[in-house]
Amino acid sequence: MEFNSLIDALPALLEGLQVTLKLMVMAVMGGIVIGTMLALFRLSNNRILSLSASVYVGYFRSIPLLLVISWFYFLVPMIIEWMTGKPEPVGPFISSLVAFTMFEAAYYCEILRAGIQSIPKGQVSAAYALGMNYRQTMRLVILPQAFRKMAPLLLQQSIILFQDTALVYAVGLMDFLNTARSRGDITGELPLFLLSAGAVYFVISFTASRVVMHLQKKLAIAQAH
Amino acid sequence: MIEIKNVSKWYGSFQVLKDCSTHVSKGEVVVVCGPSGSGKSTLIKCVNGLEAIQQGEILVNTTKVNDPKTNLPKLRSHVGMVFQHFELFPHLSITDNLCLAQVEVLGRGKEEAREKGLALLDRVGLKAHADKFPGQLSGGQQQRVAIARALAMGPYCMLFDEPTSALDPEMINEVLDVMVELAQEGMTMMVVTHEMGFARKVANRVIFMDQGQIIEDTTKEEFFGSPRSERAQQFLSKILHHCN
Amino acid sequence: MNYNWDWAVFFKSTGIGEEIYLHWFMSGLLWTLALSLCGWLIALLLGSLLGTMRTLPNRWLAGIGSAYVSLFRNVPLLVQLFVWYFLIPDILPESMQTWLKQDLSPEVSGFLIVTLCLGLFTAARVCEQVRTGIEALPRGQRQAAAALGLTTAQTYRRVLLPQAFRIVIPPLTSEFLNIIKNSSVASLVGLMELLAQTKQTGEFTANLFEAFTMATLIYFTVNMGVMFTMSRLERKLRVPGLIALGGK
Repeated sequence: MEFNSLIDALPALLEGLQVTLKLMVMAVMGGIVIGTMLALFRLSNNRILSLSASVYVGYFRSIPLLLVISWFYFLVPMIIEWMTGKPEPVGPFISSLVAFTMFEAAYYCEILRAGIQSIPKGQVSAAYALGMNYRQTMRLVILPQAFRKMAPLLLQQSIILFQDTALVYAVGLMDFLNTARSRGDITGELPLFLLSAGAVYFVISFTASRVVMHLQKKLAIAQAH
Repeated sequence: MIEIKNVSKWYGSFQVLKDCSTHVSKGEVVVVCGPSGSGKSTLIKCVNGLEAIQQGEILVNTTKVNDPKTNLPKLRSHVGMVFQHFELFPHLSITDNLCLAQVEVLGRGKEEAREKGLALLDRVGLKAHADKFPGQLSGGQQQRVAIARALAMGPYCMLFDEPTSALDPEMINEVLDVMVELAQEGMTMMVVTHEMGFARKVANRVIFMDQGQIIEDTTKEEFFGSPRSERAQQFLSKILHHCN
Repeated sequence: MNYNWDWAVFFKSTGIGEEIYLHWFMSGLLWTLALSLCGWLIALLLGSLLGTMRTLPNRWLAGIGSAYVSLFRNVPLLVQLFVWYFLIPDILPESMQTWLKQDLSPEVSGFLIVTLCLGLFTAARVCEQVRTGIEALPRGQRQAAAALGLTTAQTYRRVLLPQAFRIVIPPLTSEFLNIIKNSSVASLVGLMELLAQTKQTGEFTANLFEAFTMATLIYFTVNMGVMFTMSRLERKLRVPGLIALGGK
């Protein structure tokens, strides 16, 4: 195998990795924000809010991510055109980002809902007794506890999201895997490039899940006391 | 029947058993007692090899338990054991619990196993429950089924590991009655228990353990008359006080 | 926005004989189901074996199980698919290469490769569920079985696994739903399963909304069907007198 071709391709690969990481970080942040809102909607007393949130979650959880990515690739430009009145090419990065954010929000929602529900009811009563309103109770008392409790699961979901970003291959975005594959094709060293890409994904995910496991243990000890 | 010679066992660097030696002869009932953490449950689990030992020797009917060449499943099939938490198999009906090992281990026919199982179930007074599942029985009933399950294998001795300590007080006697009956029929038994009434009634010998050591190993009369060690005296007064 | 809605598009002719677009979706669904079911068979068998291995006292067997899980869970599915699809066939023995590349139609060989890939990927997840199920059982069950003289194999077959599988039906159901969704990656190596047919219909008719809506509805229905069947199965296997096995 020709390792020189790998070194030559290094700048391109790093750029691809940057795309992958940028997509992941932005989707995680957006997904958690929307997911939190969805979780609050699902648990709210307002029937319309809770019903629409559960329809949203049920919908995204029953279809493949790849379908969402492919669909949004067409859908996002259409919506932008409909809103602004003029055709605007948005490209695969933005449409993938929207797809990932909305898709993952459904999964984050379920984690956070379980987290909020695991906080004893007495905490809510105590906050109300101190004169807090609903927003303050959630923001200052319930959500901080739910986030801490669910941190390992949120991180685990984010690791899955990191691996899933490879699916943007479907819409031609030059992320890490797609760059590696195309460089491999050009240089005729596909095995080398694919296996190296796989190794990079493995090292990142493996290290991250080790950290999560460690965190989980520490949290379990903290809760036992 | 059971020979325990200079047995020591460690969990990591912690020694749970310290040079324990005793024996149980054929037809004898030996009660093992002692405070919690004294190693008595560990000792009884060494007898059928559920726990491995690092030093010493255990013989059951002249078969060496801690010998890698010993066929442990075969040995265990002739040594009945009753556990603190019953350990019936919750996914199997009472009848299937009684038959499983007879068929799988002893190779008995299904009909024969069933007949034998039902006869023993009748003996412990639970024939009417044959088709139920363990989760549908009370603790005392489950423990009686567990005794019948062990007896169905035709064991030449029985090990009891705190058989009544997970039971509600009102259920203890129904289990003890079955055990007393068994002892009176001449079954060889090694029993870890705090039930001193049971020991008084049927035990031949009483072993007192503390901190992994056998402190006393005497006849019942001697033990209840005048325990030689201070620890045993303390323990006994606490236990008896507690019972009254 | 000038978009021509046409919900009757599914009944229009594709231009090939009597065929209408709905046929494309049906054939895509069949491929999706075939991929998922065959992959699931591999995943369930291998995953149960690995999950059992991880709970055995033998360090080597447990180590193999955990290495497998680490490898297959930390590499993205698409990377695994590319490796199976583009690399593995070239390192097979000559005779198998000819069989895979020439004797079989590209459709069939692609199907075999994707099935294998999905099966091995999902096996790592099944393994973890099965292991969790076995570990959730009280330690005394293993000892009680041993005390009756059952061998390790008998203990697993008759006592531990029947209980563990009952505990893990719900998580295994969601893994099965995942393999159905994951089978859509087959569209990226040219297999005409449901997603690929959807995209093709969208491109041929320019009725993207309708095509994707149809695909969504089909996935949704399959999901509901699986969940319904599995909850029936769970009820059927429920042990009388036990409310929640394993205390979960």
